[in-house]
Amino acid sequence: MSEVLAYKPVLEVRDLRVSFHVREGEVQAVRGVDFHVNPGEVLGIVGESGCGKSVTAQTLMRLIPSPPSRIKSGSVRFLGEEVLLKSEKEMQQLRGSKMGMIFQDPMTSLNPTMTVGRQITENLKKHLKMSSAAAQKRAVEMLKLVGIPGAETRIHQYPHEFSGGMRQRVMIAIALSCDPALLIADEPTTALDVTIQAQILEVLNDLRGRLNTSIILITHNLGIVAGICDRVVVMYGGQVAETGTVKEIFNHPKHPYTEGLLKSLPRLDTSKDEPLIPIHGAPPDLVNPPTGCAFTPRCPYAMKICQRLDPGLIDCGGTQAARCWLNHPKVQEAKA
Amino acid sequence: MVRYITVKLLYMLFTLFILATATFFLMKVIPGNPFLGEKKLPTQIYNNIMEKYGFDQPLYKQYLKYMNNLIHFDLGTSMKSTHLTVNKIIHSSFSNSAKLGIAAIIVSIIAGIGLGIISALYHGKVIDHFTSILAVIGVSIPSFVIGPLLQYFLGVKLGWFHVAGLKGPLDYIMPTITLSALPIAFIARLTRSNMIEVMNAEFIKTAKSKGLAKSFIIYHHALRNAILPVVTYLGPMTANIITGSVVVEAIFGIAGLGKYFIDSVTNRDYTLIMGVTLFYAAILMIMRFCTDVAYVFVDPRIKLSGREGNA
Repeated sequence: MSEVLAYKPVLEVRDLRVSFHVREGEVQAVRGVDFHVNPGEVLGIVGESGCGKSVTAQTLMRLIPSPPSRIKSGSVRFLGEEVLLKSEKEMQQLRGSKMGMIFQDPMTSLNPTMTVGRQITENLKKHLKMSSAAAQKRAVEMLKLVGIPGAETRIHQYPHEFSGGMRQRVMIAIALSCDPALLIADEPTTALDVTIQAQILEVLNDLRGRLNTSIILITHNLGIVAGICDRVVVMYGGQVAETGTVKEIFNHPKHPYTEGLLKSLPRLDTSKDEPLIPIHGAPPDLVNPPTGCAFTPRCPYAMKICQRLDPGLIDCGGTQAARCWLNHPKVQEAKA
Repeated sequence: MVRYITVKLLYMLFTLFILATATFFLMKVIPGNPFLGEKKLPTQIYNNIMEKYGFDQPLYKQYLKYMNNLIHFDLGTSMKSTHLTVNKIIHSSFSNSAKLGIAAIIVSIIAGIGLGIISALYHGKVIDHFTSILAVIGVSIPSFVIGPLLQYFLGVKLGWFHVAGLKGPLDYIMPTITLSALPIAFIARLTRSNMIEVMNAEFIKTAKSKGLAKSFIIYHHALRNAILPVVTYLGPMTANIITGSVVVEAIFGIAGLGKYFIDSVTNRDYTLIMGVTLFYAAILMIMRFCTDVAYVFVDPRIKLSGREGNA
């Protein structure tokens, strides 16, 4: 694992721009995203539907077919190598071995006509050149690791013989089987009910301690972020709205969107009768994205400059940065 | 599984019994009999013949006698070609029909699935449009048009094949094409739409995220899921090919069972009609049964149980 630790950060994304070409024109799904993942860290990417978080994640593994998608610019450096310049063959070497991915819906993300064991071992045979017997042994180990009882018999069963939560554990086992440096979990608990969600998160939390895998956790659930992540990237309209450690973001949100997200959550310490505060309005049109801050139409603090000019990410002290004019030194001065 | 097979076999026997009964009485309802020709036989001779075949007996007695013979696998003697038993006719003529049928089934499956996969993988490209047009032609032109067209162009004009008969292996080509045009087109369209659907499924994305090569994904992950509905079609397809062979055998002058079937009806050859009907029915049921069992091997989610509607 020293090989992985040698790269700091494991993953570095710079100015990533991804568009989709549809009949209505060019949908700019990701508009200049920057973030990085340190070794052994869990990074949460949060945002509402259509904010570009899943597109970003799938672009890291180059899983989105092109056309209709097109990576317009940017750089994704993974373990010191540029991912966006790799050929399809080189990507196949990378996928599943150094990068693993789990998806949203465990009911459809496993092949219904193939035993669970084969779905784990085909990975090992391809990347680690294991023999069938060795791969089988490793598959049993992996299933035990993710907490599936009776793994020896379970590997001969088909996905329909597993419950949703168990299937997601299988997905985690597949993704982690080759001991990847990075695990991308794209809304891994969204399709599961709450108690199973908790179990899956526990598995992920437990594994991050045992393996040297960094995790990118994509979710729209801030509760999950608070429970498991070290750092957070809040995305809005295809851009990073705010980034920082979990503590910084939850205690002192510096972007009105983050603030709105936090206010819209039920809390244990507020009264039951107090209504939740929604964020009014709709997400921005990404075919004709606004020139200024994308959140302006929905922002309670919007100023004149917000509509005209995008502030860029403004450093807010510590590791925190937010794409909001309120954090600009001049605005701060005027407030004081 | 064993329970399922036993139950299915019992159902099949029951169906055959109903079918035999219905055919028997339907035949008797139709006016005329094998010995009432254009030229009237002398009354004495006619009566003798009636007595010989037991037609002077009450209907229920004839029925019981026939059923009794049937249980002993005795289908009787043909009433027109009196030197041949129905068993012998089926035995000798079915081999031609079976060879043609099997060739057509194999060609349909291979060509249908192949074309379907190719057009799915080149979805929206020229080759896809080309196979779509072929499929429409195959579905919409009946075999009694395709057959004569092939005979005229390939047989008469170009002289590549014999127009009729089944003497050499080459003679199988035209009847097989005629017989399998419809199933090929149907299977190709079915496979194409399934394949496109499966290639967009989440588990294909999972397979990609494991770093598997595209050809590996298509072969190991997509294909099996895409051909599941094709397996369902195999039962009806066999029915199509068997009934279709009646027409095709007539067009290409092949001495198969289909030809005997048609002749037997025009001749009112009671025993032969009964025999061939039951034989066809048995084959169809067996093929449907095989389809059910095949499904278990292709789709692990399906378990055969003894109860109906659960398979």
